[in-house]
Amino acid sequence: MSPLHEDLPRAAERRGVSRRDFLQFCSLMVTTLALPTRYMDKVVHALSQTRRPVLVWLEFQDCAGNTESMIRSSHPPVAEVVLNLLSWEYHETIMAGAGKQAEATLERVVKEEKGKYIAVVEGSIPTADDGVYCTIAGRTALDIAREVCTNAAANIAVGACAWDGGLVRANPNPTGAIGLQEAVPGVKVVNLGGCPHNVANTAAVIVHYLTFHEMPALDQYNRPLFAYGQLIHDQCERRAHYDAGRFVEEWGDEGSRKGWCLYKMGCKGPEATYNCPSVRWNDGTGWPVKAGHGCIACAAYRFWDWSSPFYKRLPKVPGFGVDVTAEDIGWGVVGTVAGVTAVHAVGSVIRSRKSKLEGPKAGGAGEESKPASPKA
Amino acid sequence: MARMVVDPITRIEGHLRVEAQVDGGKITDAWSSGTMFRGIELIVQGRDPREAWLWTQRICAVCTMVHALASVRAVENALEIEIPNNARIVRNLISASQYIHDHIVHFYHLHALDWVDITGALKADPAKTSQLAQSISEWPVSSTAYFRGVQDRVKALVESRQLSLFTSGYWGHPAYHLPPEADLLAVAHYLQALEFQREFIRIHAVLGGKNPHLQSYLVGGMTTAIDPNWPDAPLNPERLDFLVQVAGTAKKFVDQVLIPDVLAVAGFYRGWFSLGMGPGNYLSYGAFPQGRIQDTARYFLPRGIILNNDLSKVHPVDPNKVSEYVTHSWYEYTEGNDVSLAPAKGETNPKYTGPKPPYQFLNVEEKYSWLKAPRYDNYVMEVGPLSRMLVAYAAGQPEVKAMVDGALAKLKAPPAALFSTLGRVAARALETQLLANHIVGWIEELRDNMGHGDLQMHNGEKWEPDSWPRSAQGYGLFEAPRGSLGHWVEIEDTLIKNYQIVVPSTWNAGPRDGKGQRGPYETALLETPIADPERPLEVLRTIHSFDPCLACAVHVTDARGRTYARREI
Repeated sequence: MSPLHEDLPRAAERRGVSRRDFLQFCSLMVTTLALPTRYMDKVVHALSQTRRPVLVWLEFQDCAGNTESMIRSSHPPVAEVVLNLLSWEYHETIMAGAGKQAEATLERVVKEEKGKYIAVVEGSIPTADDGVYCTIAGRTALDIAREVCTNAAANIAVGACAWDGGLVRANPNPTGAIGLQEAVPGVKVVNLGGCPHNVANTAAVIVHYLTFHEMPALDQYNRPLFAYGQLIHDQCERRAHYDAGRFVEEWGDEGSRKGWCLYKMGCKGPEATYNCPSVRWNDGTGWPVKAGHGCIACAAYRFWDWSSPFYKRLPKVPGFGVDVTAEDIGWGVVGTVAGVTAVHAVGSVIRSRKSKLEGPKAGGAGEESKPASPKA
Repeated sequence: MARMVVDPITRIEGHLRVEAQVDGGKITDAWSSGTMFRGIELIVQGRDPREAWLWTQRICAVCTMVHALASVRAVENALEIEIPNNARIVRNLISASQYIHDHIVHFYHLHALDWVDITGALKADPAKTSQLAQSISEWPVSSTAYFRGVQDRVKALVESRQLSLFTSGYWGHPAYHLPPEADLLAVAHYLQALEFQREFIRIHAVLGGKNPHLQSYLVGGMTTAIDPNWPDAPLNPERLDFLVQVAGTAKKFVDQVLIPDVLAVAGFYRGWFSLGMGPGNYLSYGAFPQGRIQDTARYFLPRGIILNNDLSKVHPVDPNKVSEYVTHSWYEYTEGNDVSLAPAKGETNPKYTGPKPPYQFLNVEEKYSWLKAPRYDNYVMEVGPLSRMLVAYAAGQPEVKAMVDGALAKLKAPPAALFSTLGRVAARALETQLLANHIVGWIEELRDNMGHGDLQMHNGEKWEPDSWPRSAQGYGLFEAPRGSLGHWVEIEDTLIKNYQIVVPSTWNAGPRDGKGQRGPYETALLETPIADPERPLEVLRTIHSFDPCLACAVHVTDARGRTYARREI
């Protein structure tokens, strides 16, 4: 264990927590990011800053699914994130003030924290009919996004809608909805796709940014490789049944009860990448396949049009079996799926720092090889 | 007279704007406007009806799953599919845990700051807070040291001059009346409730794979196959034990934290038992079938209507009497601006005629909202927990009657006090308690079935589209936590031809109708005292008491005259 930051007791005091609690919190951060313990000092230092970095969370054409996912955060707990780690100053769904007070806060952040704050965007941005399909305080979503995101130090698009327009953009896209990076070209965006985003990944991205002042390595869609680099199919707890040819043939049949492979019921796991099977949801409790439903590829680019009809079997699944090495399919999980972020995150954070030097790389097979345009 | 604008209304789901006239320190008129539109009903047209629930669930994630359930019910209704008893129980369990979770998050994280001054907590004596806590509840986390710790945390936050989520609050507003000890108690429980909700919702991760946006529904049942002998079965004895354990925590939290807190807060704000009355008409479709879905008489929460605050009579519900106006909504009807149309014959042509953004005021004489104005037999109806509790109370449901009478006795208030801002808050808390009392029993029911060899979770007789008629229509009704929800579907040649949704917050947050009748929010805001028009805390109290969900509320029905290319399948 490295020597701890000398200001720790004071830093703890500033947070209104005991030295022990603060230390515990920092070590939780280290675990979340699965950093080697020698990074403890760096994390403690980053999180001891007197002035906490400011975060604003914008909601446009959204369902608040990413907000709801956020408040389910357990590692770290949401109260730590919004009260101790950052100054979470604007977020419509949970902030104290409304109306003028809310808007004044946003205005102040953009002006006084220019170039220093983190902006999170949830929901798509409508562009048809001059943007009248989403206004806040009389301003269009596009107008707000342009101002807030171009002045931010970093932007994080959470969920499918903020990334690529999501469901709102699905055919026939009645409101001309698009994602943040298209709506405000040129801004730096990290995309955390998924419907909704998995907060475990978002928390890790935020802590990574606070600690290293840069985002983790990204793929060609600006998604962090550690979360979007591996096929669902390769991490799936039901994979052995696929390899052995044991499939659910009808809902509710023997295979359903025994937890067999859902490929024939339309599961998109063989062509979708995400760390859903290993991180899982709600403190690692479950994920859709464990509840008996196939994957709908919710983290894939424009999945609503691309991946539906959701019950239609994928026509052709490449036959990588268990004997294929990790190199053949990207740097996937080797060995058992432990259901803990840490397992592959250890590799991914270190790797991400390495691959950053080499430039962004595709995360492997899957939807990346698909044409970007949806079937319409 | 001054026009007050509150936009965005925060601590809700979605984008809501309120404009109000303030005269003599009181609201004399009000307008409610939804300012976001997506068009999800158009997006599902031409798709496989068996997956409509996956799409429509994304209408809202605060109300996650409610649209999924209404959607599968609508398709099952259209195709005449009966679901197995186990699937009924799993659906009820998911809904009940959604109610409990949603209501608790609403009170502590979306509503409490309207009554609780965080900075008041700084002045509290932790020892007195501990005494207060122990005098109203058995909840064990109540020591002086604990409250001192929470107070230190608030102090650190305030001294850092970075108040995070609390930056923009109305601290020190004259309408705050809690003693500092109660403020501190509530702040502590705000933090505890954050932890509680996170743990409790793991029920959905078992029964739905994840939350938000569960993924275990099927037309015909659920994917959560149950088996007593297989460790990888989505539901097995071990996972049922887990569910019982997590579900069991709700009763203690609700009995010992939520209910005492709500009663304590209400006790300090008694004036709000006579403010915020809505239209006085209450609708509930009923929820939690205890047998076949058609057997509405056996619903756990009864179906019915109350008119003019008259609790002596419960009127039957006829879904055919639901219709919608667009007189003040940004849509056009081909038959003119003043007619109302039933959902089954609904039409929507979105047509924005509001001011060009950026704008300061809406033109409230004309159209001013993306919400339509639903009416029942031309009555303005309020929906939500208050409506459900009143219908159950008036129908004589013994458990609800005992709970409501008990709470009224503690508050020394007559039943008429329920028709108010705090009445909504109290009804929501009591409903939470009602469900917390039953959820474990419903899990045991599932376990019994498993023990007796009843493992059926899905009815697949009509799964394949070639077993369907060429065309079919159906509807699915449900009481979402925020109120009455209906999905209407029309299927033709195995695809969705038309899809329509009438949503709780459309009932409550909708604008004026063709007869000039105000929507429930607009009515409830009348007479609200406003201490400081620049800091509209009192507006938030009444609006939040409805628990608005605007993402749900804005919807479109069939776009007559507009044809979109069908997807090729």
